[in-house]
Amino acid sequence: MDQQTIDKLLSLSRLSLLPDDREKLLRDLSSIVGLVDFMRSIDTEGVEPLAHPLEVTQRLRPDEPDTSFDQEHYQAIAPQIRDGLYLVPRVVE
Amino acid sequence: MNPYANVTQLRSGLDNGDFSAEELSHFYLDRIDAEEDLNCFITVDAEGVLEAAKRADKAIADKRIGPLTGIPIAHKDIFCTRGLLTSCASRMLNNFVAPYDATVVERLKRAGAITIGKTNMDEFAMGSSNETSFYGPVKNPWDRECVPGGSSGGSAAAVAAGLAAACTGSDTGGSIRQPASFCGVTGLKPTYGRVSRYGMIAFASSLDQGGPLARSASDAGTLLNAMEGYDPNDSTSAIADATDIFSSSRALKIGIPSQYWNDLSPSLTKVLEEARRALESLGHRAVSVELPHTNAATAVYYVIAGAEASTNLSRYDGIRYGHRTASPENLEDLYQFSRSEGFGSEVKRRILTGTYALSVGYYDAYYLKAQQIRRLIRQDFLDAFGEVDVILTPVSPSTAFKREALIEDPISMYQQDIYTTPASLAGLPALSLPCGVSDQMPVGMQFIGPHFGESSLLTLGREYQSETDWHALHPADNHD
Repeated sequence: MDQQTIDKLLSLSRLSLLPDDREKLLRDLSSIVGLVDFMRSIDTEGVEPLAHPLEVTQRLRPDEPDTSFDQEHYQAIAPQIRDGLYLVPRVVE
Repeated sequence: MNPYANVTQLRSGLDNGDFSAEELSHFYLDRIDAEEDLNCFITVDAEGVLEAAKRADKAIADKRIGPLTGIPIAHKDIFCTRGLLTSCASRMLNNFVAPYDATVVERLKRAGAITIGKTNMDEFAMGSSNETSFYGPVKNPWDRECVPGGSSGGSAAAVAAGLAAACTGSDTGGSIRQPASFCGVTGLKPTYGRVSRYGMIAFASSLDQGGPLARSASDAGTLLNAMEGYDPNDSTSAIADATDIFSSSRALKIGIPSQYWNDLSPSLTKVLEEARRALESLGHRAVSVELPHTNAATAVYYVIAGAEASTNLSRYDGIRYGHRTASPENLEDLYQFSRSEGFGSEVKRRILTGTYALSVGYYDAYYLKAQQIRRLIRQDFLDAFGEVDVILTPVSPSTAFKREALIEDPISMYQQDIYTTPASLAGLPALSLPCGVSDQMPVGMQFIGPHFGESSLLTLGREYQSETDWHALHPADNHD
């Protein structure tokens, strides 16, 4: 774990940090990686990964129209909308 | 009115006309007000609960009585409540008024429960001490210098302090069980899939499970009965045959795993041993079992929960709802500044850990490896349940610790979850219930059962609580 890795993780996660917080984060992430490195000592040769505790397959609902959502109700909590559209800074000049 | 009355007592008080739902709501509202210092609540819905109480009183008069009609409960602020702030204790959702009710909220309403407010918690349920909340820490009613545990700390403390009859919580790696233990209340993490996750803000989707925090195993069962069941709105909701909440008592074989007992402090060992003997005197038999991969659970949990959290929390982009930074220059700034301002440091740490575990070059060594060990941990339990009915363990390596004791040291904080994460990884039900005190602070024990085996846990819990009084102790006893 080094500053370069931290930069990459911050960029992938769309996060930024103040300089002081970066130092602490580097220390914390290094110790967390130390903790999870314990997993290396476990023999997992030939063990199938477990993604879901009950091992059931994801169900699909019937392909039929269901209740529609009320656009106005759901957009009432949006930070910025106009005419039913979400507003973001200009993307295309 | 008795603030520590259980649901059964409240039910008969309401039905016999000893008090009305409106009087009961006023009573709890006054207590919440008087105990503001505990910081259990993010939102108190005085107007809403009193209106609902009037409707409940009418229903009781008309003999249209559900199991929880007129009983005030509080929801952890992770459950969406239509028209009420649902903040997940984060600045990110400080302005989020949920447009719909979570299935858990809707079902408890249908059973007659009335919502008195939303309880404080660790931000996005990430924490074991309730110190990561944007709204400040919750204090433990047994000792106000101590944490109530986390992440459902507000719910546990509210039940312990007699501010609500019961509360909902959510448990990803111990977030119902550990605060229940720290505050001397009874908390149940159901089998993964038994309670719908629809409208419960996602942290780690293969682990998250809603459940009750209550005064007794009996009350926890009443709440589970109202909350549970298949929900087409949650694609991981289990279609299981209806299973009973309680079963008839029978002599059980109780597994004692050395991996959970060997490193326990002498004072906790003494309390847990006493609990084991009490269970034996009820006619149950304790036998040794082995769960050999237990010591890998914390590492596995933090990889899997982090990976799932980093994915789930990518939805917070400052566009559709939640916190949005002021005057971003471009779209990248909008994402980055909204997220950086909206999330607290523990949430960021977990997102970054998860992103690391999922990134190119590390995926096999961390995420895939963790999923493989997750299977081994689950298999350990399945093997053990071939021999025993229930497994008895401690809930936490300590009683409630002082605020700020661990917050700067994530590893020590994460190790608080050592006894609760294994059942979470295996998707098993687990009940946390009070079994003694150590230095005047409550100690909890944990019953872990096989998938959909809640009835064994709740029945055993009810039986234990009919013979012992630990669940009936409350913080006021500490000042006597």
